[in-house]
Amino acid sequence: MTAMETMAWFPACSVDDVPANGGVCVKCGEEQIALYHFTRRNEWYATQNECPHRRQMVLSRGMIGSQNDEPKVACPFHKKTFSLVTGECLNDSECALKTYPVRVEAGRVFIGIGV
Amino acid sequence: MRVVIVGNGMVGYKFCEKMAARNTHGQYELTVFGEEARPAYDRVHLSEFFAGKSANDLLLADAGWYASRGIVLHLGDPVQRIDRGSKTVYSHKGLAVPYDYLVLATGSSAFVPPIPGIEKNGVFIYRTIEDLELIGSWAKRTRKGTVIGGGLLGLEAAKALLDLGIRDTSVVEFAPRLMPRQVDEAGAQLLQLKLEALGLSIHTSKSTSAILGDEAVTGLSFADGTVLDTDMIVVSAGIKPRDELAKACGIATGTRGGIVVNDFLQTSDDAVYAIGECALHREMIYGLVAPGYEMAEVVAAQLGGDEKTFTGFDMSTKLKLIGIDVASFGNPFSCEAGTRTIVLNDGINGFYKRVNITADGKHLLGGVLVGDASQYNMLLQTCKNKLVLPPNPEDIILGARGGESAEAGVASLPDDAYICSCESVSKGAICQAIESGEETTEALKKCTKAGTGCGGCLPMVKDLLNHTLKAQGRYIRNVICEHFQYSRQELYDLVKLHELKSYEAVLDKLGTGDGCELCKPSVASLLASLWNEMILQKGNDTAQDSNDRFLANIQKGGTYSVVPRVPGGEITPDKLIIIGQVAKKYHLYTKITGGQRIDLFGAHLSDLPLIWKELIDAGFESGHAYGKALRTVKSCVGSTWCRFGLHDSVSFAIRIEERYRGLRAPHKIKSAVSGCIRECAEAQSKDFGIIATEKGWNLYVCGNGGSKPQHALLLATDLDEATCIRYIDRFLMFYIKTADPLTRMAVWLNKMEGGIDYLRNVVVSDSLGMAAQLEAEMQLLVDSYRCEWKEAVENPEIRKRFNHFVNAPEEKDPSISFDAMREQKRAKEWK
Ligand code: SRM
Ligand SMILES: Cc1cc2nc3c(=O)[nH]c(=O)nc-3n(C[C@H](O)[C@H](O)[C@H](O)COP(=O)(O)OP(=O)(O)OC[C@H]3O[C@@H](n4cnc5c(N)ncnc54)[C@H](O)[C@@H]3O)c2cc1C
Ligand code: SF4
Ligand code: FES
Repeated sequence: MTAMETMAWFPACSVDDVPANGGVCVKCGEEQIALYHFTRRNEWYATQNECPHRRQMVLSRGMIGSQNDEPKVACPFHKKTFSLVTGECLNDSECALKTYPVRVEAGRVFIGIGV
Repeated sequence: MRVVIVGNGMVGYKFCEKMAARNTHGQYELTVFGEEARPAYDRVHLSEFFAGKSANDLLLADAGWYASRGIVLHLGDPVQRIDRGSKTVYSHKGLAVPYDYLVLATGSSAFVPPIPGIEKNGVFIYRTIEDLELIGSWAKRTRKGTVIGGGLLGLEAAKALLDLGIRDTSVVEFAPRLMPRQVDEAGAQLLQLKLEALGLSIHTSKSTSAILGDEAVTGLSFADGTVLDTDMIVVSAGIKPRDELAKACGIATGTRGGIVVNDFLQTSDDAVYAIGECALHREMIYGLVAPGYEMAEVVAAQLGGDEKTFTGFDMSTKLKLIGIDVASFGNPFSCEAGTRTIVLNDGINGFYKRVNITADGKHLLGGVLVGDASQYNMLLQTCKNKLVLPPNPEDIILGARGGESAEAGVASLPDDAYICSCESVSKGAICQAIESGEETTEALKKCTKAGTGCGGCLPMVKDLLNHTLKAQGRYIRNVICEHFQYSRQELYDLVKLHELKSYEAVLDKLGTGDGCELCKPSVASLLASLWNEMILQKGNDTAQDSNDRFLANIQKGGTYSVVPRVPGGEITPDKLIIIGQVAKKYHLYTKITGGQRIDLFGAHLSDLPLIWKELIDAGFESGHAYGKALRTVKSCVGSTWCRFGLHDSVSFAIRIEERYRGLRAPHKIKSAVSGCIRECAEAQSKDFGIIATEKGWNLYVCGNGGSKPQHALLLATDLDEATCIRYIDRFLMFYIKTADPLTRMAVWLNKMEGGIDYLRNVVVSDSLGMAAQLEAEMQLLVDSYRCEWKEAVENPEIRKRFNHFVNAPEEKDPSISFDAMREQKRAKEWK
């Protein structure tokens, strides 16, 4: 194993494609990634698009917000909420989301995917 | 210390959890063998598998949980032999693992009586997920089902068969009554009536002599010579402890099964423990999870060097059938001399309550509740903690007359009373958590684990929470969420005063933090009620509830529904044809709704604007089925055709629906207009309803259908149309201004001080002097109405949002799929 993780940066879309304080779904090969622009905190997040609760491809359509300052997203189906930082489910500890790093450069948004 | 656990069921898992918590220095090496293919799951809620829970939802913990705690888990690999001499277990796959201590948690299997024919196809047991999978697939071709056994589990299985669509389901019980071990004669009679009302056929005093059929079952014959046709049988005639492994290595077992244990839960070999349903303690097998959990704790404590013994556990239970309350606690049957019994048998309201009391009237020994088990938790605690009864002991089951609220009842419990017996959480532990700042039941569940087992104690946890908060003088303020320290009504006034128009502006001025899924939709709704601007305007779009954000209801699988407005339920043949054409073109499932209009289901996100464009071109507009807004105004056909009709109810319904369409409110609003007192439009079940009289219209308000139906109350009589509308204007605006978020009108009125009289004073007599203002505000909203779907379709910036992939707008979500059903389609069942 190499000591350093190598990261591939997938070009997702332009900054303007993502609604303020909302999300979009990015197709990355066969994978679906939810990308969120938390404009209010000037932060970007990315998680898997699938809600682990009933395996629905919808988290990009979820509402984002905070709980005790922890940024989170709420699934539109049954309102389970997940930390955008750790992916951890904030209602029960059973399921968690995969999260991805995000980089913005010259108006373009990139999502870091492991190789 | 090497500890090997045989059996990864509910109790085996609980033991792992207890050991992991104690394994602070890595002093234990834990190895678990499970015969089933999955890690331990919640058998108590097994029936929910049929209600859509997946095997994963039922897991108590996934494999990762064990791994991250250093527990070695071998699944699908039963232990086959124990060599007590060399202290080694041998597994089916050939593993040999040595132990210092061995814990047997092998549970039990269903007891299957040796009836001739029992081996036929179509005979099932009800114990594991695999059993349920088999039952589920067989049920598809079954019209008649039978459960052998009318105990706790049998009744649960029978209800499951009903829910699987087997309308003709019977329960066969050997004893003369149902649940013979928990419920007495009179209680069982009432229970039987209630189950029959659900659609079950109950046959008691029946001893099955043979199972009929060639390969597959076709019926049962009984000792009394009668026969019952059936296509499938679920056997639930009791449990048989799994003691075969122990027996084979010479550990003592009971004559009727079960591994004999002492108060330390040691078997006849003191390096081997047995816990859960396989253990025979003082001649008793405990077929419930709470005693098993207690056993797990006792053994974990022993191994850790702590003194703890198991001296028995009470067998109180509550049946988990929705709509049927049955509970029994302590000793349900009084047998000792001198015991007093109080029975309350209410044939009118359909409940039976019995309590057994000591001769001196001081203590509760046990009892049975059928039809209304709301006092179960309190009675159980009174019984277990030997609380002294009030001077008139009947008050404890009369409840309401006793006058003492549930909250106050909780206060009388001692600190060490177990509130949650599944997780052994005491009242003291819960109160401590509240005192250290937890303020919601969710938070309490998370930090104390109370209520995470069977969930039966949650009402009590809630009472305890309210009581403790009040006792500490902590004010339970009706604020929206952590981001706004205001009630909705306060916020409404402030937003209006400051003329704020976007969610962000409201948060900046009046709130803190970044908002959440509670305050965003509430504020968005309030902004729409105040200013009636297009809800998807930039800045407010992402603050809308998910359905509002895409102007459609999201469905299982991630598609959406389309509901065009059909005012009053009146529709032309041409419009019907258009709906049919659009549905065909976009492959939508169509259904007539309960609100007199047509719903088109299964639309892809990116098709929504295309569909709506076609509908709008044909003269339709949004039906706001997705919004907390006016939904439908139903009508009956009225005087234009009906021989009893007094006025034209259809025309009035259309006028009302068109006046208030698009009106956003704290919750959805429904209405109806009936042409005479026969009330075919069901106006009295609506948020506001209108019924024609000889002289005009009667106006009813604050009715509700749904889960807690409530009849609307008469607000004013014999009104002309103009006055009726003025009153409705005032009434609706008053609701919009003062109701809490997501509060339907019926609940709003129930909480209003002064009730309907107060409301009538405000609306009809203008006691607040606000009538003119309310009418003017409503007129403003009526005048500014625009169809939001029309605006969305015409605005390219908004249309862009209706794509699944931002970087591949032309592609649809590949995970969406449908099944065929009755010449249409349906959403794929979710996992
Ligand atoms: C489509 C429809 C069922 C049908 O096929 O007939 C329906 C479907 C839904 N109803 Fe309903 N209700 C429908 C008529 C009703 C009725 C009957 C009526 O309106 O005459 C009632 C009882 C009357 C009442 O509301 O007082 C009704 C009481 C509810 C309730 C319970 C409300 C309550 O106060 O108890 C909910 C839950 C809620 O709103 O929180 C609900 C919620 C829902 C939701 C929105 C659930 C959801 O959040 O996804 C369903 C959306 C399905 C979808 O995906 O589009 N639906 N629902 C009906 C649409 C009528 C329409 O044309 O707009
Ligand atoms: C449908 C249903 C509803 C129920 N409802 C309630 C309720 O409402 N309230 C309540 O308190 N209780 C209820 N119960 C009972 C409750 O589920 C049991 O009391 C509990 O599961 C007992 O736990 P256990 O670990 O002792 O046994 P189990 O959960 O049966 O686990 C034993 C495990 O050991 C495995 N095993 C056996 N032999 C071996 C071997 N040699 N090697 C490896 N593994 C082995 C078995 O395959 C099994 O997975 C219900 C049970 C059912 C089936
Ligand atoms: S009653 Fe209403 S909410 Fe429930 S399943 Fe039917 S449509 Fe959905
Ligand atoms: S599918 Fe996401 S919360 Fe249920």
